[in-house]
Amino acid sequence: MELNDLIHHSGEWLKGTGPHGHIVLSSRIRLARNLTLAPFTNRAGKQDLEAVLKAVEAAIRSIAYFKDAAFFRLNELDNVDRQFLVERHLMSHDHASNPQGKAVIVSQDEALSVMVNEEDHLRLQVMQSGFNLDGTWEIMNAVDNALSQELPYAFLPEWGFLTACPTNTGTAMRGSVMAHLPALVMTRQINKVLMAISKLSFASRGFYGEGTQAVGNFYQISNQVSLGHSETDIIQNINGLIRQVIEQEEQSRQALLVQNRAVLEDKIWRAWGILKSARIISSQETIELLSTVRLGVDVGIITDLAPTTLNELFIMIQPAHLQKIEGKKLGASERDVRRAQLIREKFQG
Amino acid sequence: MKCNKCAKKATVHLTEIIDGKVMEMHLCEECARDQSQHMEQQFGLADLLAGLTDFGKHVPDVQQAASVLKCTACGMTYEDFRKFGRFGCAQCYVAFKVQLKTLLKKIHGSSVHLGKRPAREVPLAGPLEMSSVAGAAPQPQPPQEDTVDSLRARLQEAVEREDFEQAAALRDKIHGLEGRS
Repeated sequence: MELNDLIHHSGEWLKGTGPHGHIVLSSRIRLARNLTLAPFTNRAGKQDLEAVLKAVEAAIRSIAYFKDAAFFRLNELDNVDRQFLVERHLMSHDHASNPQGKAVIVSQDEALSVMVNEEDHLRLQVMQSGFNLDGTWEIMNAVDNALSQELPYAFLPEWGFLTACPTNTGTAMRGSVMAHLPALVMTRQINKVLMAISKLSFASRGFYGEGTQAVGNFYQISNQVSLGHSETDIIQNINGLIRQVIEQEEQSRQALLVQNRAVLEDKIWRAWGILKSARIISSQETIELLSTVRLGVDVGIITDLAPTTLNELFIMIQPAHLQKIEGKKLGASERDVRRAQLIREKFQG
Repeated sequence: MKCNKCAKKATVHLTEIIDGKVMEMHLCEECARDQSQHMEQQFGLADLLAGLTDFGKHVPDVQQAASVLKCTACGMTYEDFRKFGRFGCAQCYVAFKVQLKTLLKKIHGSSVHLGKRPAREVPLAGPLEMSSVAGAAPQPQPPQEDTVDSLRARLQEAVEREDFEQAAALRDKIHGLEGRS
């Protein structure tokens, strides 16, 4: 598989087909693993990094989950290509910013990806559509078991998997869901919900840009603690929390429909109107309007638009995607024009 | 919306929740960069870890011993780790074992792994003798029965972290064992 093959289709996790897809966009599990054959990445020399890359590349060739997967060495990709992989949630921004000695492995359906030589030697990721952490874990656990047959994991029975940062030690697992919570934002309930989440030792952050206000009302909610609980216990705890968040969002949506229907409809149709007519549009404005239109589809006000189209647009309107689609470098103002055009094309269907 | 610090247009919006209080800040790109540097200086992960590792500083011997600790596999000292917040290699876990137990408990509320094990366990080969932690034999060990000494040590830890509920439970357990013998 070539990197350019990814442009023309979207990852499985974007299909919007999973459980509770109207509120939870996707479920993701990440595992950190290190190998005993080299120091951790922050202290590894060129040869150490190369040894890890070689060992991992050899290991995945014998594992069925990685059949047809692509292995990209980051120093062989240009800036736009690396940014493109970040925008598709296949690797982190940190990983892209310092490409020497690093790689990313991507399965054909993009459900599985592995960052090699990020903060830890391996960062495994499985992503699935909708609210489905149990199914996501099932795949992740099997992939991890297969890899641990081939690679010498750094592990101590007492403390579990050994990671560069002690906040990840133990299961070295982060489970998270991406939830779309526009009604909780509109009814000003969101801070109460986020506060409750942080009190329960879970983390929440915006979809676009870490640590900042969520743009487009997308929140990523994940576990903080990785030691002292089994993986399935941690997942059950996240599940319990997310079920409550879904319920709260549903109640807020109902409240808006009953108490403020005219205002809500106006907001949704205006957003729809701008997206279908604009000739110049920034990514931030697009994301905010797409969020409102998505709410319109989810509550049944807009009926002739597939959720998949919307989910795909959230990814495709980003800078590197626009440049890959256009096949050349575009400046910020050129992108705003191209973005508006892309949205109109998508909505004309 | 205008930047809270100067009159330029705000493009970065921060929400902080500290002890249940919500603080919103709207900043232009320039002020946001300053603010983020300021925040990093104020409170980086390394500082947080340094703060956590200060736990137990009333035991000067342990601290003094810790300050000269060094991982012989990668050369990282415990001081480096405190400043940097990252380990240099898997062997660091063995080299800083005593200090880490407290640190992990502080971070995670536990220092015992209850999750999965790799399909194939390999001992951490290295210059350090580490059979006590590494479990050189890969077979899972059966849980050891509590002894009065181990319970007393846990009682001491519970008192130090002011977990009196746990301390009372441990005290009762010790009494039970002493009565039994």
